[in-house]
Amino acid sequence: MVTQVTALARSGLADFLIQRLSAVVLALYTLCLLSFFLVNDGVGEGIDHRQLVEFFGSASMRAFSALAVLSTAAHGWIGLWTVATDYIRPHYFGARATVIRMAFQVGCGLLLFIYVWWGMRLFWMLPG
Amino acid sequence: MQVSVYRYDPDVDEAPEMRDMSLELPEGKDLMVLDLLERLKEQDPSLSYRRSCREGVCGSDGINMNGLNGLACITPVSQVAKRGKLALRPLPGLPVVRDLVVDMSQFFDQFEKVRPYLINDQPPPAQERLQSPEERAELDGLYECILCGCCSTACPSFWWNPDKFVGPAGLLQAYRFLADSRDTAGAERLRDLEDPFSVFRCRGIMNCVNVCPKGLNPTQAIGKIRGLLVRQGT
Amino acid sequence: MAALRKMEFDGLIVGGGGAGLRAALELAQSGLKAAVISKVFPTRSHTVSAQGGITCAIASEDPEDDWRWHMYDTVKGSDYIGDQDAIEYMCSEGPQAVFELEHMGLPFSRTESGRIYQRPFGGQSKDYGKGGQAARTCAAADRTGHALLHTLYQANVKGGATFLNEWFAVDLVKNQDGAVTGVIAIEIETGNVVHVASRATVLATGGAGRIYASTTNALMNTGDGVGMALRAGFPVQDIEMWQFHPTGIADAGVLVTEGCRGEGGYLINKDGERFMERYAPTAKDLAGRDVVARSMIIEILEGRGCGEAGDHVLLKLDHLGEAVLNSRLPGILELSRTFAHVDPVRQPIPVVPTCHYMMGGIPTQVRGQALTQDDTGQDQAIEGLYAAGEAACVSVHGANRLGGNSLLDLIVFGRAAGLHIEQAVRQGISRRDASESDLEAARARLARWNDSTSGESVAALKRELQNTMQASFGVFRTEEHMRKGIETLKGLRDRIGNAHLPDKSNAFNTARLEALELDNLLEVAYATAIAAEARRESRGAHAREDHQQRDDKNWLCHSLYFPDDERVAKRAVNFQPATVPVLEPMERKY
Repeated sequence: MVTQVTALARSGLADFLIQRLSAVVLALYTLCLLSFFLVNDGVGEGIDHRQLVEFFGSASMRAFSALAVLSTAAHGWIGLWTVATDYIRPHYFGARATVIRMAFQVGCGLLLFIYVWWGMRLFWMLPG
Repeated sequence: MQVSVYRYDPDVDEAPEMRDMSLELPEGKDLMVLDLLERLKEQDPSLSYRRSCREGVCGSDGINMNGLNGLACITPVSQVAKRGKLALRPLPGLPVVRDLVVDMSQFFDQFEKVRPYLINDQPPPAQERLQSPEERAELDGLYECILCGCCSTACPSFWWNPDKFVGPAGLLQAYRFLADSRDTAGAERLRDLEDPFSVFRCRGIMNCVNVCPKGLNPTQAIGKIRGLLVRQGT
Repeated sequence: MAALRKMEFDGLIVGGGGAGLRAALELAQSGLKAAVISKVFPTRSHTVSAQGGITCAIASEDPEDDWRWHMYDTVKGSDYIGDQDAIEYMCSEGPQAVFELEHMGLPFSRTESGRIYQRPFGGQSKDYGKGGQAARTCAAADRTGHALLHTLYQANVKGGATFLNEWFAVDLVKNQDGAVTGVIAIEIETGNVVHVASRATVLATGGAGRIYASTTNALMNTGDGVGMALRAGFPVQDIEMWQFHPTGIADAGVLVTEGCRGEGGYLINKDGERFMERYAPTAKDLAGRDVVARSMIIEILEGRGCGEAGDHVLLKLDHLGEAVLNSRLPGILELSRTFAHVDPVRQPIPVVPTCHYMMGGIPTQVRGQALTQDDTGQDQAIEGLYAAGEAACVSVHGANRLGGNSLLDLIVFGRAAGLHIEQAVRQGISRRDASESDLEAARARLARWNDSTSGESVAALKRELQNTMQASFGVFRTEEHMRKGIETLKGLRDRIGNAHLPDKSNAFNTARLEALELDNLLEVAYATAIAAEARRESRGAHAREDHQQRDDKNWLCHSLYFPDDERVAKRAVNFQPATVPVLEPMERKY
């Protein structure tokens, strides 16, 4: 069993709601992208760079993309934290389980932070 | 019939092992797994397991039969044996005391954690508290739990965090009191369950529903607790 | 011997069923240091199997209902050897005790007006037998015992006695003055032997249906408390009175509640005839249990039984409709499908009278203290010893218990014992501690089994004992068979005294428990046999073919079996209720 709880979240309820809301955002975002590609690539001619910049550069799309990036980060953090507290336990990892789990979570946190930072840069640096 | 039984006596054995025992079954009669255990115990009195009512209401003889948790006394051998073979193990995930007997303290600790008793801050009336048949019907499917432990020990979330996740049995009890029109402690009960582990470690895989010998549905009860938490928290 | 670990309490309750938990709750709430020893986790106790309900005049179904009518039924049901002061106490205190359970959260079924649902049960009447069938049994579907036991355990989780779960009481500890000062117990998980000392010890160990081969009782109902009392030299009362429940599922022994007949089900023979109309024209299938069980046996013996062997009759429920069965008798549907392989919605259930309840037990005062007789035949309270529930004989059931009265017995007299002990402890109890040799005596039996190196197996001896009781002390009894049975039991006593316990492990040793339980079964069976042979009449559940009439001149009394000299004495029945006129013995007709 895990001896040290490291949730950033304050309550299970908040985690639960964030997990579901972020999933909804990601589903909508996926649908949005899918329909963009289907509509604009309807005859198989491919999509050129200009079309992409136009689409992702719109103010509403920038906001939506940023939201999707944040949702991915939140969803990923909660999910990976859950997985870590389920499986990185003394039963499998011995006395160092807590240290290993901390390292794993720091690693996850770092990756997610880089991802958000890079995502934000990408979307806000697009020519508009 | 070949029966392979998990054997471990800490007084004698270095480590647990699966030991084969064989048994002649009577023709034309489908024994329950408990009958089979009783016959095996006559062969070898040192075989240990819990049992009492032998009719599926006391909840003593929850064991794992060919990989599936259930009550030995109401499970026909024909239902679990595969090609004449049957492996009997203790309920998974709890410390083994001896043979098929597990230490259920963690299970009962979680049960006690949900304050499994009616709380009503009003002084009781001279007669019974009134409750309509509809209000009473809300308790059906909840109060029948026999605390056998089959559900919680079939639940990976309970295996991983038995000290923090209440588990399906405890949560079914928690909802039994949340759903009782006579209970006035709903808000506090919910507050106690709001942390990331107690309820929210349930991933809804429904192993509990699959094995419950009384046909109860803890997953549904957990869903209802979540619903109440969302309503209270938003 | 190594020094014994010792624990001390104000009140010690042996048994975690309905009576034990109710007594524990009372003691814990009064602030005394109370402990419960239970050989199983308390919610596994046999109270959990009670189905139909708890009989009590709470006046829900019938606003005119009166506890005195309930008292009348109970006295009549007991065939007039129930003590009227005790029955008066139970019936009048009952409503309070039931309301307390409801306040603790017991999920009773409800009427449209929101009150507790009550169903008709056998032997119930309105207006002292003149007003027709009453509906007086408070029910939580057909799982009342389960609901009651869990509720009481829940209340204890809240209220807080010390629970020594999965401990087994081996024997009573008596000091040199003959007072009970506690028990010797085994912690099952570790095999540790502990001296649990207490100022008051309550035996709430339930019945001993396992003395019979065919019983509705749980495998653990081995009369441990009665066995302990007998080994300590204390008498048991009316122990020949064993109730055979009319509707045990044939072959399986599993109980089908009387509530089935209360809801409108009835028994039929192989010709499809509703035969109870012949035996009990008024109450029919809801006559006393002894009456119905005997009628069924007569049907079977006269060749009108069902099945290939003609060895059972059928309980018909299908005419009640699926909706009623699902809401009122869901547990029965489950049990019938599992154990009788029939679906009561469509087919009748094969049933046969099956040993169900021990009316006799440790004689007690109304408030729970155990009794013996002095040399002049006067009642004498036993210092430090109490009993409640099925293990006790207070006596509210006399020669035949009415359905639904056992749960009421548990909670009313469990509570009463708790109250009495509280009072006694507050007034101060001082008695001598048990000496080394007193403790040695209480451990002798355990030592005997632990030292055994060869001998017969426990399982084989148990089976022989059960078959003997079934053959010689069943629904109908005769001198000849009983004599034979007593001889076999005498032989069994010697053989069990030399039997072998092969498993000496200390970890959760169930073989050792079964050996210790066998001693208890033997004590109860032997007492039953001697008392049954002595009572030369037919009364209630005790039906003799060689003495078919009730004999009020000689036997309107309790039997009292003394183990030391295997003597059966008589004890007067109480005919002095405090607040109501006495109910005089009459011919018992349903």
